[in-house]
Amino acid sequence: MHELGIVVHVIEQVEKVAEENNVEKVARLSLEVGEVSSVVPDLFRDCFEWSKKKTKYLQDCELELIILEGLSYCQDCGETYKTTEYAKKCPHCGSYNTYLVTGNEINIKDIQVVTRT
Amino acid sequence: MENVRVLEIKEDIASRNNEQAKSIRAELKEKKICFLNIMSSPGSGKTTLIVNLVNRLKDRYRIGVIEADIDSAVDAYTVAEKTGVKTIQIHTGGACHLTCQMSYDSLCALGVDDLDLVILENIGNLVCPAEFDTGATANLVILSVPEGDDKPLKYPLMFEVASAVAVTKKDVLPAFDFSIESAEKNVRMRKPDAPVFFVSAATGEGMDGLVSYVEGEIAKVAD
Repeated sequence: MHELGIVVHVIEQVEKVAEENNVEKVARLSLEVGEVSSVVPDLFRDCFEWSKKKTKYLQDCELELIILEGLSYCQDCGETYKTTEYAKKCPHCGSYNTYLVTGNEINIKDIQVVTRT
Repeated sequence: MENVRVLEIKEDIASRNNEQAKSIRAELKEKKICFLNIMSSPGSGKTTLIVNLVNRLKDRYRIGVIEADIDSAVDAYTVAEKTGVKTIQIHTGGACHLTCQMSYDSLCALGVDDLDLVILENIGNLVCPAEFDTGATANLVILSVPEGDDKPLKYPLMFEVASAVAVTKKDVLPAFDFSIESAEKNVRMRKPDAPVFFVSAATGEGMDGLVSYVEGEIAKVAD
């Protein structure tokens, strides 16, 4: 249950950006979450909905979660494959000499904001 | 009038922690201090192993211990009483892992300039601590016999970040359905080059190998 900790961290960053840019409110937050980043999207949403009530700029903020596919690369045969289906073992040659290329990310992509004029 | 626009942030949320971890490691290497982060599930014998390790090393090296828990100071009292080395207890206040900031604050609170080795006993948990780099120069992951030899299969990341693995409580092996071969094979699947030590802190069996490994890690940063 570390989703709450991540939500708190994300909100802190976004509030900082909002403050620096003289924003009135943040309407939408887009977050890229890797398939194997160990973030559970539903739990993350619940934590976000609870936490946003305590913020200055994110009271009405909508959360967009963009899921990034988990892909691994095999150093023995050079092939790329879906991590969630085959984990550490390369389906092409059976080697375990593989590593994760994408899918472990938690990136704050962008925010849509309403500014005062 | 209201203006709507999009602000690009493009920030990897782990980046701040990772950057800080790198700078802690660089500072420790400059000061020639080995920082060993010990991780495992609760009850696997971290504290007992630390007491045993420290008592075997303390005549040759200056050692400090950081005990991290959600609450209580029982571990710090145990280590301080049984080893006599400088020990502090930190509380995460409910958090299931240590962030790099907590780790840095702990090093400052302990005072490390006069030490060769700092041992950090992380929160007992096989999930979250693996995701947060503490700035340690090596990660020792513990797997105890009663937990079962399949733990590396269930908690991949923890064993992928391991610099070495110690399989503890070897003395109770006859009572459990635990295969040494499978344990080693499962660790290798996650981290092919990590040394695996089978030990019993209670009887002292296998401890020499683990002590040599820690001495090697101390030598690495002292170079």
